[in-house]
Amino acid sequence: MSLQTTSSQTVGPYLHIGLTWLINADLTGPGITGDTITIEGCITDGDGKPVTDALVEIWQANAAGRYAHPEDTRNLPLEAGFRGFGRAPTDAAGMFRFTTIKPGRVPGEGGVLQAPHINVTIFMRGMLAHLFSRIYFPDDSANATDPVLARVAADRRSTLVAQPIAGKPSALEWNVRLQGAGETVFFDV
Amino acid sequence: MSTKPATTPVAGYRRNDRGTQPDLLYPPYASTVKRAPSHPLVLLPASLSEVTGPVFGFDVLKATDHDLTKQHAGDPIGERIVVSGRVLDTNGRPVTNTLVEVWQANAAGRYPHQRDQHNAPTDPNFTGAGRTQTDSEGRYRFVTIRPGEYPWRNHYNAWRPAHIHFSLFGPAFSTRLVTQMYFPGDPLLDYDPMVTSIPDERARRRLVSVFDWETTIPEQALGYKFDIILRGRDETPMENYLPARS
Repeated sequence: MSLQTTSSQTVGPYLHIGLTWLINADLTGPGITGDTITIEGCITDGDGKPVTDALVEIWQANAAGRYAHPEDTRNLPLEAGFRGFGRAPTDAAGMFRFTTIKPGRVPGEGGVLQAPHINVTIFMRGMLAHLFSRIYFPDDSANATDPVLARVAADRRSTLVAQPIAGKPSALEWNVRLQGAGETVFFDV
Repeated sequence: MSTKPATTPVAGYRRNDRGTQPDLLYPPYASTVKRAPSHPLVLLPASLSEVTGPVFGFDVLKATDHDLTKQHAGDPIGERIVVSGRVLDTNGRPVTNTLVEVWQANAAGRYPHQRDQHNAPTDPNFTGAGRTQTDSEGRYRFVTIRPGEYPWRNHYNAWRPAHIHFSLFGPAFSTRLVTQMYFPGDPLLDYDPMVTSIPDERARRRLVSVFDWETTIPEQALGYKFDIILRGRDETPMENYLPARS
């Protein structure tokens, strides 16, 4: 038996009505270990204009590199308060912000450990199906051997790597350019 | 649950058949023109990151979350309906205990949202947001009112067909789906660029719910059925080893 996946449709401009009840922009809390970081960024369209009606979701492993999901059966610690899911809308300036912890490494293609990364989905009016991307961490030597970054053309890899924010320790910036110069890499997942 | 070491290749989720999903750039839907990526998507083989995804418990839900007619002091204006169906994967297996979120306009075609300036009344007894979880057979059920059609400014005299937005997670990061359910016989369907952005005519038709006597409640509400299909698992991890896109 083989069915066809239901077609995607846009979230439209009024997504907040249905989706903001589950906003979780801060994944940290008591008993959750790891280096706390904030990640913020602006989503801009092909004209460089901020996208003020987008929603960003993140999915990540905990600091030990374990996903809070039954399929991750590796013998690594789970933390009761860490679901690994975040959801935040963009504001009037097109900005989104998350406070979370840097995830540990998880295995990837060919059994090679992936560099620490956060999985991202992006929804908005004018986007008929959500976009998949990833946030990697700056100055992490594991980026050089990451099997996913290796699939991306070298001159576009930097769009997947967050950057430090001067004067704000533990703060990272990861901007999303939907189209044009410096266009962010999006994945067919 | 897999008992294999996670370092062995993982079976990913089946990729969608050509034409069943909308093109990201579809100029008749004007907002896609500046928002759709211009580069092709980079093919990502499945890893643990893509075959896992957020797990929500029933603790996130309240008793009235699935009944959009019972969320305020009074009854909302409009025709009560029951919208129900099953969530299955492409292998025909039920997707159980998964979160389903919905949102919709009121009977007059108006959203209680600051960006909705349509000159139609809001309804103090209707927010238009609901959520539930599928049961052990993948079934879900909402009670709501039939949403109204409304104008938008995509092109001259543009009207959206009546619709309910659906958001589902499924078991994995790869199975996330946001879609819209439409109503049978709506004359606006053929003119709606969100619908026509889907190349495959049969896939478009699957977004249209079906009137259903069995779930119709006498003296109370008409029933509409809408089954939702999420990506199912590949039987083998073979697809994960396609060559990288240059």
